[in-house]
Amino acid sequence: MGKTLFDKIWDSHIVMSKPEHPDAVYINTHFIHEVTSPQAFDGLRKRGIPVFRPQKTRATADHNVPTLDQHLPIKEALSRHQVEMLTKNTAEFGVELYGLGHPYQGIVHVIGPELGITLPGMTIVCGDSHTSTHGAFGAVAFGIGTSEVEQVLATQCILQYKPKRMKIEVNGTLKKGVLSKDIILYIISKISASGATGYFVEYAGDAIRNLSMEARMTICNMSIEMGARGGLIAPDDITFNYIKGRQFAPQGADWDKALAYWKTLYSDNDAQFDKVLTFDAADIEPQITYGTNPGMGMGVTQHIPALDQVEEKERPSFKKSLEYMDLEPGSALLGKKIDYVFIGSCTNSRIEDLRLVADYVKGKRKADDVVVWIVPGSKQVEAQAIEEGIDKVFAEAGFQLREPGCSACLAMNEDKVPAGMYCISTSNRNFEGRQGPNARTFLASPLTAAAAALTGRVTDVREAFGH
Amino acid sequence: MSKIFQHLVSSAVPVPIENIDTDQIIPARFLKATTRDGFGENLFRDWRFDANNQPKADFVLNNPVYNGKILVAGKNFGCGSSREHAAWAIGDYGFKVVVSSFFADIFKNNALNNFILPVQVSETFLDKVFKAIEADPKAEIEVDLENQFIRIVASGEQENFDINAYKKTCLRNGYDDIDYLLSLRQDIEKYEGTRAFNF
Repeated sequence: MGKTLFDKIWDSHIVMSKPEHPDAVYINTHFIHEVTSPQAFDGLRKRGIPVFRPQKTRATADHNVPTLDQHLPIKEALSRHQVEMLTKNTAEFGVELYGLGHPYQGIVHVIGPELGITLPGMTIVCGDSHTSTHGAFGAVAFGIGTSEVEQVLATQCILQYKPKRMKIEVNGTLKKGVLSKDIILYIISKISASGATGYFVEYAGDAIRNLSMEARMTICNMSIEMGARGGLIAPDDITFNYIKGRQFAPQGADWDKALAYWKTLYSDNDAQFDKVLTFDAADIEPQITYGTNPGMGMGVTQHIPALDQVEEKERPSFKKSLEYMDLEPGSALLGKKIDYVFIGSCTNSRIEDLRLVADYVKGKRKADDVVVWIVPGSKQVEAQAIEEGIDKVFAEAGFQLREPGCSACLAMNEDKVPAGMYCISTSNRNFEGRQGPNARTFLASPLTAAAAALTGRVTDVREAFGH
Repeated sequence: MSKIFQHLVSSAVPVPIENIDTDQIIPARFLKATTRDGFGENLFRDWRFDANNQPKADFVLNNPVYNGKILVAGKNFGCGSSREHAAWAIGDYGFKVVVSSFFADIFKNNALNNFILPVQVSETFLDKVFKAIEADPKAEIEVDLENQFIRIVASGEQENFDINAYKKTCLRNGYDDIDYLLSLRQDIEKYEGTRAFNF
């Protein structure tokens, strides 16, 4: 019987598989950042052991960094300490760091792919649940906890039980104004925030195949929001063309050999999945979330479920969620006034996202009472945006182009949405307090966010395209 | 934090909310520490305290009637961010067991790696536990790792739970995964020798 892509990669990385034991899986690339690594380095010190393969771990500072004046010392003492600890730990243990001021610095899931560190067939982990992003390249990539970060630093391996396999097919053609963000928000709204827990998902179908690498990353990025261990897409010419020539990608004869191997990375025709779901791209309209988990989403023109449409058992959590959002069951969101727009995060902060937004808002001006933050995913994205003049488009629109980091996606730094305010956000989580204590988040695509920036309200971006 | 778990009889603290994500368990702004200690004081921070840091009277952790070493929560507990700080906060607060009808994968691993036992029960049994605590906030719950059961002491109702044999051995003896992985060093080096590329 044939194998799934996931099985091919997982099985070829097993160092030890014993009955009743989790597999010891070899990790090709380990990314670390300032928030989930300090306790792991401490653990190594306590055990008196080094990093086993320091050249296979790369570090960057992203979660906690300010997005203004990055050339100055970080003002907030605890954040500064955490970033300094990363510098100290990586120096002491011989790990390469792309810290503040480095031309490669940025959100960990943006820089791995853009530097050609992320490659097909790899196993990749990071102490961050959005590590699934790298699955867009046909890699087995997943988020881990700090004890597991320590495992990987100590042994370049991780102990894991093999998840089940799910295939999600999206077929057909996307409508104008519908982006890959809308695909993944739509899927999560259909299967819920726990619909893929215990599974590793492979995304397939022509609607996925036709996406660019950056659009594919957006889909894989949010796999965790339906509970999946990770998500991946078989590599193809779009993947190989993206990788070729990047800084750390194989070159010359190595490239040819690598390519020959990468072309074997697909699910065999007779491979068995534990679960298969199929969706039609034509059914998807621009999406928006209304609640406090990413499964609470809908088409932008639809109404929030009425109480009697929610299962009785789920009503207390549903009500709590809408109370937090100060929204009525059964109401529409279209036309709802918003206060902030955040375009950024490991989900949607790449150059294509910025280009889409810039094309849409060129020559226009934001609504007066809306604050718009654009936070590029990396120094390279920022530099590219400036080179293309996108920074000027944003300036004319009244958007603030800030410096790279995770920023208002999780509001660990100063970039917090004030209490009670509504933010339409291209990030991945609408949890209570995620963008700041008592902040209220509507997740959406970069285009839907851009449209809201101009009108100051939840807007159907398709109107601009004359649908 | 004790590195061994075997058996426990305790009253329990109910949080009957579904999809409790790790941002609720420990909000991101409290992740700036570089040690594993002290996260318990910010457990469920924004549900527990208002904007002026005053305890919210209606949250269960602020109700002295409820206490114990067992946290009972609605389904899909621990979803969202992979932050192990969530498990550290739960452990530091004094919980040894979390009971739910469904756990997010990363949280489950993180809990086990910190010697906190995630006990997954049926929705029916979870309802019974919530009802037992509602009827008597001091209702005792027994959790037995060796025999893999959870019991409502007063009624005697019980259910078995799953845990894999390896993790069970780790919990009962205080072993961690790194001890095991370090013992595989020769196998790891041998594996590396078989791969032409780092993928």
